[in-house]
Amino acid sequence: MELWPLIKNILILDSEGKRIAVKYYSDDWPTNAAKEAFEKSVFTKTQKTNARTEAEITMFDDYIVVYKFVQDLHFFVTGGENENEIILAAVLQGFFDAVGLLLRGTVDKKEALENLDIILLCIDEIVDGGIILETDANVIAGKVASHSMDAGAPLSEQTITQALATAREHLTRSLLK
Amino acid sequence: MAQPLVKKDDDRDEEADYSPFLGIEKGAVLQEARVFNDPQLDPRRCSQVITKLLYLLNQGESFTKVEATEVFFSVTKLFQSKDIGLRRMVYVMIKELSPSADEVIIVTSSLMKDMTSKTDMYRANAIRVLCRITDGTLLTQIERYLKQAIVDKNPVVASAALVSGIHLLQTNPEIVKRWSNEVQEAVQSRAALVQFHALALLHQIRQNDRLAVNKLVSSLTRGSARSPLAQCLLIRYTSQVIRESANNTQTGDRPFYDFLEGCLRHKAEMVIFEAARAITELNGVTSRELTPAITVLQLFLSSSKPVLRFAAVRTLNKVAMTHPTAVTNCNIDMESLISDQNRSIATLAITTLLKTGNESSVDRLMKQITNFMSDIADEFKIVVVEAIRSLCLKFPLKHRSLMNFLSNILREEGGFEYKKAIVDSIVILIRDIPEAKETGLFHLCEFIEDCEFTYLSTQILHFLGIEGPKTSDPSKYIRYIYNRVHLENATVRAGAVSTLAKFGAMVDGLKPRIFVLLRRCLFDTDDEVRDRATLYLNTLGGDGAVVETGADVKEFLFGSLDIPLVNLENSLKNYEASEKPFDINSVPKEVKTQPLTEKKAPGKKPTGLGAPPPGPPSTVDAYEKLLSSIPQFANFGKLFKSSAPVELTEAETEYAVNVVKHIFDGHVVFQYNCTNTVPEQLLENVTVIVDASEAEEFAEVASKPLRSLPYDSPGQTFVAFEKPDGVPAVGKFSNMLRFIVKEVDPSTGEAEEDGVEDEYQLEDLEVVAADYILKVGVSNFRNAWESMGTDFERVDEYGLGPRDSLAEAVNAGTEAVPPNSRSHTCLLSGVYIGNVKVLVRLQFGLDGPKDVAMKLAVRSEDEIVSDAIHEIVASG
Repeated sequence: MELWPLIKNILILDSEGKRIAVKYYSDDWPTNAAKEAFEKSVFTKTQKTNARTEAEITMFDDYIVVYKFVQDLHFFVTGGENENEIILAAVLQGFFDAVGLLLRGTVDKKEALENLDIILLCIDEIVDGGIILETDANVIAGKVASHSMDAGAPLSEQTITQALATAREHLTRSLLK
Repeated sequence: MAQPLVKKDDDRDEEADYSPFLGIEKGAVLQEARVFNDPQLDPRRCSQVITKLLYLLNQGESFTKVEATEVFFSVTKLFQSKDIGLRRMVYVMIKELSPSADEVIIVTSSLMKDMTSKTDMYRANAIRVLCRITDGTLLTQIERYLKQAIVDKNPVVASAALVSGIHLLQTNPEIVKRWSNEVQEAVQSRAALVQFHALALLHQIRQNDRLAVNKLVSSLTRGSARSPLAQCLLIRYTSQVIRESANNTQTGDRPFYDFLEGCLRHKAEMVIFEAARAITELNGVTSRELTPAITVLQLFLSSSKPVLRFAAVRTLNKVAMTHPTAVTNCNIDMESLISDQNRSIATLAITTLLKTGNESSVDRLMKQITNFMSDIADEFKIVVVEAIRSLCLKFPLKHRSLMNFLSNILREEGGFEYKKAIVDSIVILIRDIPEAKETGLFHLCEFIEDCEFTYLSTQILHFLGIEGPKTSDPSKYIRYIYNRVHLENATVRAGAVSTLAKFGAMVDGLKPRIFVLLRRCLFDTDDEVRDRATLYLNTLGGDGAVVETGADVKEFLFGSLDIPLVNLENSLKNYEASEKPFDINSVPKEVKTQPLTEKKAPGKKPTGLGAPPPGPPSTVDAYEKLLSSIPQFANFGKLFKSSAPVELTEAETEYAVNVVKHIFDGHVVFQYNCTNTVPEQLLENVTVIVDASEAEEFAEVASKPLRSLPYDSPGQTFVAFEKPDGVPAVGKFSNMLRFIVKEVDPSTGEAEEDGVEDEYQLEDLEVVAADYILKVGVSNFRNAWESMGTDFERVDEYGLGPRDSLAEAVNAGTEAVPPNSRSHTCLLSGVYIGNVKVLVRLQFGLDGPKDVAMKLAVRSEDEIVSDAIHEIVASG
C-alpha cells in the first residue's frame, strides 16, 4: 500500500472521449499514445453507465477509476489498485463541484473550453505531483476564483448577468482573433 | 432523469461542435506568444495565449527544444505584470515547460521575490513552482524561506511548502530532514490539510527510524480531532507499526488494535473504510478482531453510493479468500448486489458469494447467476467462470449442477477468451473429479459440433484423444470426432484424424472401424489430412490385420517431442532435398532464449488446455544427453554441473555467442552457443580458438567444430579441457571465434562457392571456484548442520557496504526477507566437486544506518573446501 493516497491522473473528456483537459501524475503512461489509449479504454468502459447522480466506480488494468458525468462532460479520477476508493471519490467530488461553482452551474463542453484557464487552474489546485492538495470544492473554487475574476470580486457577489457578460466578452474576443 | 439532458445535447449538436480552439495551430500560437515581449503588456491577451499554449500541450502536442526555450524566455518577461490572474497562468506554464537547469536560473530571482511576497497566493505558488523545477544547489539558498513557510499561518502556504518537501525528500533528503522541528509544529496545525501534509512528510522523514515512527504513532493515536485524510494516514502508519511489531511480540494483545477499532466509529466514511480495510489486512487476524470491521462494511453494502458499495464488496471479497466464514453474515446483502447497476459491484458480489457459499446454497446461487450472466461483459463472465471452477473443486459432489451451468454458458454467445475460460475449466474438472469425466467429455463433444474457434476445436480433439479411449464406452465419441472430418476446415480435420488414430491405437476393439474411417480420409482435399491418414494407417497396421499396437508406435502417437519446435522448423527449412534423409538428431536441442519482446500474460497462470507445453526437462538432463551424444566427450564420466550461459558478446552484434561451462571430475567442456545474426552470411567450420595461457592447470584435449551456421539458427561448438581430477582448478581463457564466411544471396538464399576465413574476438571466460559448487536441497538444515560438526568450520565476517535494505543484499535467501527487518539468516547447502557436502549459514545484519554486515559460517567435510568457500565469497 502507498504511504499516502496518490492520484494517478485527473481527466475531463467530452461525450466522444476527446480530451478537454487532462493531467497525469504517474509515469505509468510515458507517451502521449499510452495516455490516449488509457483515455480510450476508460471512456469505452464507462460510457454506457449512468454516472450523473452519484459518482460511479470501476476497476480495470489494476487501476481504480471513479467518474461522474454532467451534460457532455466526463470527469475521471484514477488511483492505484490498492487506493482507498472513498478518498478518490472525495477528490473527484471536490473537482466536480469546484468546476460547477466556477462555471456557475453551466457545466458543459463549450463552457469548459471557453474557460479552460479556470479548469487548468482548478486541477492545479487539487493535486500536486499526485499528492492531494485540497478536496473541499469551496476552497478550491475560492483559490482559483480569487485571482482569475475581474476586480477580484468574490464569487458570491458576482451576479449571473455579470458572469454572462464576462462569458460573452470571452467569446467575442476569441472570435475576433 | 438524465435522459432529457442527453437529448438536449443531441439537438444542439452543431452548436456543441463549436470550440474556441477550432483550427488552432502550434506555429500560429507560437507567433502570438510574441505579445509577451511587448513593452506594454496586455494581461488578458497574454493569459489567453498561455491558455492556448497549455491547450496545445494538453492535447499531446509537443514543443521542440528550441520552441520550448523560446516560450520559456518570453514567459519569464510576464513577471513584470502585476496582474494576479496572469501570474497564476505563468506559474502553471513554467511547471509544464519543466525548464532545464540553466533556464531555471533566469526565473529564480523572480520566484524568490514572490516567495517572500505579502500576497499569500504568490507565496504558495512560487514555492510549488520553484521546488518543482529546482535542483539541490538552489535549495540551500531558499531553505530558510521554506522553513518559515511550513509554519506560515496561511494554510495554503504551509501546505505548499509541506507538499514540496515531500517531493524534495526523494532527491535531497539531507536538507529536508533538517526541517523536522517545523514539520512537527505543523502537525499540530488546526488546518485540516496542513495536518495531513505535515503528517505525511514527518513520517517520511522518520520512516527508517522504527522507534521514532512508533513514538509518532503512539503519541498521535491518543489525540483526536484530525482531518479525515490525516486520520487515514495515521491508520496506514499504525497498521505498518502493527505489522512490524508482530514479528517481535508473538503473544498478547495486538497494540493499537483499539485505535483501529475506534476509527470504525469516525464520522467520515473514508476513515471508517480505511480502518476496516486495515483490520482485515492484519497479519493473522482473528475472527473476533474481524467482526466489527465486517459489520461496518456490511452497512456500506446497502449504501446508495456506488463507490461505497464497491469499496466494501471488494474488501469483503478479499477477506472471503482467507476467512470465508467471517463474511457469510453479509451473504443476504451480497445477493441483492447481484442485480446492482454497476457490473463491477455485481461481479465482485457473485465471486464473493461463490467463495463463501456452502454446499447447500450452491444450487440457489447458480440459478441467480444464470440470470445475471446474460447481461454482463465477457471480462466479468471470465471472472465468474473461474470462481465457479474453484467452487466445483471445493464441492466435488456438486459437480453435476456446476458442470451443467458451464455447458449451458458454453452454448451461449461469447468471445474466444470467454469460451476458452469455460473449456479450460471443464478440462480441469474432468482431470480432478473422476465422476465428472464422462459428462464433461460429452459437453465438450457437443461444443465442438458447433464451435467457431479452430484453436478450441483442435485442443478439444487432442484432449479427447487422450481421455476418450480410457472411458467405459469409447465408441460413442467416434461419431463426434468423425463429423469433424466432414464439416470442418483442414486444421480441424487433421486434428480429428489424429484423434481417431489415438482411439485406434488404444482400443483394439475399435480398430477395424477406425481403419475404415481413416481410409475414407485418404481422399481428403488437404495434403496434411491425407498424409496423416496414410501415416496412421501404416503405423497402426491398417492392412486389415488387427495387431497389438507396438510400444514404439504408441510412443510415436502419444509421446512428446523433446526438441524445441522452433529449432526443428529452422533445421527443416535449411534441409535441402537430397539422397541423405533428414536426421532429426541433428536438430539442436538447445532452447533458444525467447526474445525479450515476447510479453508474458501478466499474472495469468497457465491452466487447462493452455498448460501442456512442459518446460524443457531439467537442463542438467538435457545437457547430459547432449554431451554424451558427442563421441569425443563420451568418456568424461558423469556431468557434475553445468553453469548458466555466460554471454561472450555484446547484445546486437553480428554474431551472438554465449558459453555454458560443463564441469566433469577431470574435465571441463565449454559449450559455445553461437547465433549468426547477419542474413547475408553463412558461416562454416565454426570453431572457437581458446587461449589457456592464464589457466595453467588446463590442457585442451578435444574440440568439436560446427559444420555450418546459417542465419538465425543457433548452433554449438565445443572445446574440452583436461584438468587434474577432482581439483577445483580455476583460470581465465581468452576466446576467438574462427570461421569461413560465405556471402548469401538474400533473394535466393543460396551461398556462394568460395568463402573467406575470418575471426571474431570474443570476451574472456573464467572458470571460478563457484563453478564447482552444486546447489542441493536439504530437508532439515539444522540436523544436517549439527551432524556436520564443527571440525572444519570456518567463520568470518564481511561488510557488504551500504545497501538500501536487506532484501537487496540477500540474493540467494532461503525465503523472502520481511521488509524493514534488522537481521536475516540465510541457509545454503551444496555439493563441492569431489562430492564434498557443504553447508553455509549466512547471517546478515543492518549495521548503522544502511551498512549491511554479513557473518559467514561454513561447515563441510573437508577443511580445504571450507576455506575455498570463504575465498569465493571474499573475492565475489
